Amino acid sequence: MDIQVFLIQVLNSVQYGLLLFLVASGLTLIFGIMGVINLAHGSFYMLGAYAAFVLSSLTGSLFWALVLGTVLAVAFGYLLEWAFFSFLYRRDHLQQVLLTYGLILVFEELRSIAVGDDVHGVPVPAALSASIPLGSTMSYPIYNLFISAACLVVGALLFLLLRRTRLGMMIRAGASNREVTRSLGIDINFVFRVVFALGVALAAFAGMVNAPASSVYPGMGNQVLIVCFVVVVIGGIGSVSGALVAALLIGFIDTFGKVFLPDYSGMLVYLLMAVILVWRPEGLFRQRAA
Amino acid sequence: MAEALLAAKELTRRFGGLVAVDRVSLDLHRGEIHALIGTNGAGKSTLINLLAGELAASSGTISFRGEALARLRPERMARLGVGRTFQRSNVFAELSAFENCRLAAQARLPRAWAVHESAQRCETSNTAAARALDTVGLSPRGRAAASELSHGERRGLEIAMCLATDPHVLLLDEPLAGMGTEESRQVLGLLRSLRDGRAILLVEHDMDAVFAVADVITVMADGSVLASGPPERVRNDQAVRAAYLGETI
Amino acid sequence: MSKARPGLLLLALFALVALPALTGKFYVELVAKIMIMAVFAMSLDLLVGVTGLVSLGHAAFFGLSGYMLVLAAPDKYAAVSLWTSLPLAVAASALLALVIGALALRTRGVYFIMVTLAFSQMVYFVFHDTRVAGGSDGTYLYTKPQTNIGSWATFDLANSTHFYYAMLVLLILSLAFLRILLASRFGHALRGIRSNEQRMRALGFNTYAYKLAAFTIAGAIAGLAGYFSAVQFGFVNPEMLSWHQSANVLLMVILGGMGNLIGAIVGAFALVLTQDLFSSLTKHWLLLMGGFVIAAVMLLPHGLTGGGLAWRNRLRGARGG
Repeated sequence: MDIQVFLIQVLNSVQYGLLLFLVASGLTLIFGIMGVINLAHGSFYMLGAYAAFVLSSLTGSLFWALVLGTVLAVAFGYLLEWAFFSFLYRRDHLQQVLLTYGLILVFEELRSIAVGDDVHGVPVPAALSASIPLGSTMSYPIYNLFISAACLVVGALLFLLLRRTRLGMMIRAGASNREVTRSLGIDINFVFRVVFALGVALAAFAGMVNAPASSVYPGMGNQVLIVCFVVVVIGGIGSVSGALVAALLIGFIDTFGKVFLPDYSGMLVYLLMAVILVWRPEGLFRQRAA
Repeated sequence: MAEALLAAKELTRRFGGLVAVDRVSLDLHRGEIHALIGTNGAGKSTLINLLAGELAASSGTISFRGEALARLRPERMARLGVGRTFQRSNVFAELSAFENCRLAAQARLPRAWAVHESAQRCETSNTAAARALDTVGLSPRGRAAASELSHGERRGLEIAMCLATDPHVLLLDEPLAGMGTEESRQVLGLLRSLRDGRAILLVEHDMDAVFAVADVITVMADGSVLASGPPERVRNDQAVRAAYLGETI
Repeated sequence: MSKARPGLLLLALFALVALPALTGKFYVELVAKIMIMAVFAMSLDLLVGVTGLVSLGHAAFFGLSGYMLVLAAPDKYAAVSLWTSLPLAVAASALLALVIGALALRTRGVYFIMVTLAFSQMVYFVFHDTRVAGGSDGTYLYTKPQTNIGSWATFDLANSTHFYYAMLVLLILSLAFLRILLASRFGHALRGIRSNEQRMRALGFNTYAYKLAAFTIAGAIAGLAGYFSAVQFGFVNPEMLSWHQSANVLLMVILGGMGNLIGAIVGAFALVLTQDLFSSLTKHWLLLMGGFVIAAVMLLPHGLTGGGLAWRNRLRGARGG
């Protein structure tokens, strides 16, 4: 394959990997800190994409759609944790699986009632609609680069939050030892609510920012969800850095897999997971789960 | 003296920067009660977990009947005939005391794949379970659910389950914890009677009990062995006295 | 066993036997479908309710078996023999379960749930993305399997009533087999693993081997159900292997009550009938379904038959010695 095609695939891999990272980081945090297995996480991605569609139609600007959408997502996450998810912490994994599965059905149908089942497109803002030439024959859409850049920025903010702020310290403390954190007087319920809202916002943002590049359609959440599970398993539950490595790995394998083995590309990711589990049953970056 | 049934040589276990067990060597001989004492955090429970195969050693060897063992797993140690009790009672809460013992007795029975044979009618395991319960004096409580037993009874069930597997080596992790004087005396009497033909490792805090029943005592502090030998020698050892300054041994 | 139970079971059995004489073809076919799902659910109960292994990928074994039936026909319109194609299909499911189980059981808890989900997705993609058996469109089974033994024409799977009674026999035999299994030392060991795996290992049980055996047996029985599901519908498509199917059967088990097998049967009836009811009410019946799932799990944590509790009480009533 020539260098231009290779470069395009590398850029696609990075873009896909970074999007996966945003969604999976929320999933792994919720898992690692609250011990909740949340099948509805893919729905947040889907809801983000639809929100981008609705908000950009209303405001006429993708930028404002992103801003408003993120704020709404945080508020939605906060509310959802208080109204529903806080009841899940005491339940065993089996019940969590089924309860969040029920939530998927509810979200899908509510969306269907509110916005319908059509496939939609979200217009790329004019400023980002050009393409950069790569060599003499090929070009790459600037908006796709923007997606990767946006994800990188958000990812960097996430790392900063976790490593450099007091809130981040409380979150990491809550991850390694819930009881001790509670006895130190830190309001663990507040931390949980924040983590959950953060997870929702990350997934929704990924859906929003990617919406102009892919289309917005029912069921888009499900596909993302399962791949994110693989990311979390490979990266290790509770490890955000593990999620980054795993997501990029999967981004590359999936993208190049589609080029070289189109019929089998769907399975490659799971094959990777099988290989890694045989080698390391606890994931690549073991983390002490809460 | 006969070779050790279970022996540890230079056994070490690290957790990151912490050395929980530091080059500990220990022999367990048939017909001997070997007590292991030390303050909290001395590494006693870690050592038992190493010997039982629950934890992998960072370095050092464990030998069974003179043969060094590699890749230890709990089920493998149990099948070799090394039984253990847990510091915090670790029973099957929903089953009755009798069923707990019967399940234990079925662990080493052959032909696990014989799915047409009813477990309840298995004479071998029923007899073994009844005998184990009787040895610890819990026969009258056989039908009670394990969750309904008193603390002392549950400690007794711990021992009974271990006995039901007919072990040659017993690793007992604080069996007397939380027991009253009378119950403790009964358990100590039981241990003396079990000594024949078996090697017993007894981790305990109760000094009176230890000195009453042990043939050999090993004292641990901060992961390593301070002293080891017959009770009187250990009682008079300088290092031990220094570590236990103020405690009446 | 509580006093009411044997009487209720006999009554239910009588009702099932008498049903074709009392109702029309629609209900006969519906209940036959439910009985197939009940076998599927019981196989999952063996994993979840008895051994404590929450698998979110059980549909893989259900669907593979159906596909094996369709693939076993040498050409589109030829009929295969039930007696050769059924063992083949079940063996395929068992083999897949053995392979997936060997890998997945290296993980625990939450990892295990996700790994089973991901493996079944892999199987889904094999049938969805490749040319094997029609890809995402699926394939039809044009002729039902023949049941002749030599020249003796036994029963006709294309006949609704024959098929119904065959499924009833299947249900009873599966239930009987699983009951015997659970009463054996093997079955007791599985329950012990669910109760306290660490203790089981400390006693000398090779819990990995037991779990793998249970996983394989469960996969084989799921294959049994999947085969006949394909026979009944005359059609296989990748949705048989989807995680929605896996979640569906998991819901049946928890709805009915885990660990006592009867709960799985009750759950299958309850869920399929509820789905039928909701879908006839509104286009957006999935919304009702979602609400129903949430309500059921919140309000009936032990399921309709009291699941684990019933098992505990029953054990207390039957002493050994």
